[in-house]
Amino acid sequence: MIRVAERSESDERVQIALTVNGRRQRIFVEAGVTLVRLLREDLGLTGTHVGCDTAQCGACTILLGGRAVKSCNVLAVQADGGEITTIEAVAPTDDALHPIQEAFRARHALQCGFCTPGMVMIALELAGRRPDATEQEIREALAGNLCRCTGYEGIVFGIRAALLELNAQRVRSRDPAPPGVS
Amino acid sequence: MTDVLRYHRPDSVSEALAALRSHENVKVIAGGQSLLPAMRLRLATPAVLVDVARIAGLHGISVGENSVVLGAMTRHTEVAESAAILQAIPALCALAAGIADRQIRNLGTVGGSLANNDPAACYPAAALALCAVIHTDRRTLTIDKFLNGLFGTSLEADELLTAVSFQIPARAAYVKFMHPASRFALVGVFVSQLGREARVAVTGAGVQGAFRVSSMERALSDSFSVDALADAEVDGAELMTDMHASAAYRAQLIRVLTRRAVQRAIDS
Repeated sequence: MIRVAERSESDERVQIALTVNGRRQRIFVEAGVTLVRLLREDLGLTGTHVGCDTAQCGACTILLGGRAVKSCNVLAVQADGGEITTIEAVAPTDDALHPIQEAFRARHALQCGFCTPGMVMIALELAGRRPDATEQEIREALAGNLCRCTGYEGIVFGIRAALLELNAQRVRSRDPAPPGVS
Repeated sequence: MTDVLRYHRPDSVSEALAALRSHENVKVIAGGQSLLPAMRLRLATPAVLVDVARIAGLHGISVGENSVVLGAMTRHTEVAESAAILQAIPALCALAAGIADRQIRNLGTVGGSLANNDPAACYPAAALALCAVIHTDRRTLTIDKFLNGLFGTSLEADELLTAVSFQIPARAAYVKFMHPASRFALVGVFVSQLGREARVAVTGAGVQGAFRVSSMERALSDSFSVDALADAEVDGAELMTDMHASAAYRAQLIRVLTRRAVQRAIDS
């Protein structure tokens, strides 16, 4: 009871600035609110899922300053000034999928889909830092992401296929076809 | 959602200390990767948090001739990926790379891990085996004076851990038998050879947290080899029994992992 009374008396909202999916915004938030709650309930970005809410399942994985973090395990105030990327900003357009998402679809890397946003985000971080990741490195990268449907094989092979495709895209963009070759 | 009412993010150590002194039920948050889950389980219920992540003086890795000094806010991935540490103490990089999972390592810090002193955390074993020195805002103390029982340290309520320095060993290795779900150490053993002295530090097994095994240290100081451990007993602490493993099983893991760690240190 005392805690409730204290809460209403000293409920302190903090102003923070976040760049979310490229858009900078100022937000008032209570000190105790987790980042995932802010993203989903205040900003309406419900693509980031809450599975366990205790930092075990990884469904809430986002990128904070380019690094994968579990957004249920960060307070919104801790992220003040940070750059956040969520699953909503991964696809290049509304009509197209990112190569990682495309590979997930092609390789049966999801069944119920609940863990998928977190899986895609951890794969996105891996693609940035280890574009030639081995199967073992992919499996290690997934240590903090649980999937209860697939048995992981489709996810691992999906990520492998996506890394190959991303590398191929890089080569294509560096080495445009010589004149006369279509 | 947590019950935190107030949040401070000081820019300096002195501001952090002032914030710690001006509140009751206040807690320092570094990376928050142990504190926030504990708060969700109501194992910790601070009303006020002092976030030390933006204090510039708590960041940075410096590798000298004899020691590696880590600012308290150094993240596990920074340690794992540091080329300078890889040169000086590769076992420390390997330890950091094996903590929890990628997301936790991106935020979790060495200072937070040591100040939390979880009995199954990896860093306390490294600190004991590498004669670590803890630096706070007001003093320096050796790691054995710092660690103080389960989740306990000798930090005062208004004292801030600022850095930790690890001695650079001639050779060292850390081997962890990890719990497959939590990825904490069911047992982890860090062995080192510093000059003529060998050290063996164990985490995940002691009822009072990480500890050193003196009989194994004596044997390895005489001869740094797997064979030297043949008759060495597991002494130095009472071992835990819980739902995951009995004390006898943990003792056996300590014997096996110490051999593997010595072999790995010799091979490296």
